[in-house]
Amino acid sequence: MKELSLNILDIAKNSVKAKATLIEIVIDERDGWRRLTIRDDGCGMPPEMVATVTDPFTTSRTTRPVGMGLPLLKLAAEQTGGTLKVKSSQGDDHGTEVTATFAIDHLDCVPVGDYAGTMVTLIQGSPEIDFSFTYRREGGDEINLETAQMREILGDVPLDTPEVLSWVYESLTSPA
Amino acid sequence: MKTLAELQAIRDRMKDTVNLRSGSGSIRAVVGMATCGIAAGARPVLAALVEEVSRLGLTDKVTVTQTGCIGICRYEPIIEVYEADKEKVTYVKMTAEKARRIAEEHLQGGKVVEEYTIGAVENA
Repeated sequence: MKELSLNILDIAKNSVKAKATLIEIVIDERDGWRRLTIRDDGCGMPPEMVATVTDPFTTSRTTRPVGMGLPLLKLAAEQTGGTLKVKSSQGDDHGTEVTATFAIDHLDCVPVGDYAGTMVTLIQGSPEIDFSFTYRREGGDEINLETAQMREILGDVPLDTPEVLSWVYESLTSPA
Repeated sequence: MKTLAELQAIRDRMKDTVNLRSGSGSIRAVVGMATCGIAAGARPVLAALVEEVSRLGLTDKVTVTQTGCIGICRYEPIIEVYEADKEKVTYVKMTAEKARRIAEEHLQGGKVVEEYTIGAVENA
């Protein structure tokens, strides 16, 4: 993956598949580290799947027994000296949380890239799910998008309306 | 930053047309968005397709959706076009530019862009 935002799109799709109703994506940059968290309230995974989930030969896909999503994110994190952690529960607090850390100044740290394009793609693909996106840059600059808040304003106008998607893209890219 | 007031304005413009839009869409254009598709460049392909369908005023007739792994990862990014009573058309190795052409010639004009189909690419 050329950009972290493509990994985010890929991993968040797992949350969609797990029938999440809310997917939270946070990129938090401080002290030279970028921390990415993708958290959902989906069905979760059994412990034996969590244990092997970064193995390419563990996958939920049905077309072949290889899945590269989490292994690629793990690679992107570890090649900078960072880590990848996966927590998951199938109990009352069901859901999955993926956390990856990256040393921002490391030569092999991939750029964040087009995070706005990723959010537009996620919303277009799953307009019925709520997304919460926060990007906190080093130095305090913060970008935030809450589809729940958008929904309140939009009423019965769906989130995947082209005009709404353009608004999302611009609100995430144009400076405050 | 785009303001929430602008979102409100979109709502006011759109609310009368919403009912016309839903439930229609006789053509379905599906973009493969699994790890393979994303890594191969499906995100800008999908964005171009959504944008072009909207720009050409085809949103009543064409629904653009995303799917997982189609199973032929070496041909990603892939767009599949489904239309009632017609054979499915599979476009492979897509770019944003090719997606725009498909929107105009196939989705709007009804003419399959043969050179981008899997049959043409496989035999090339």
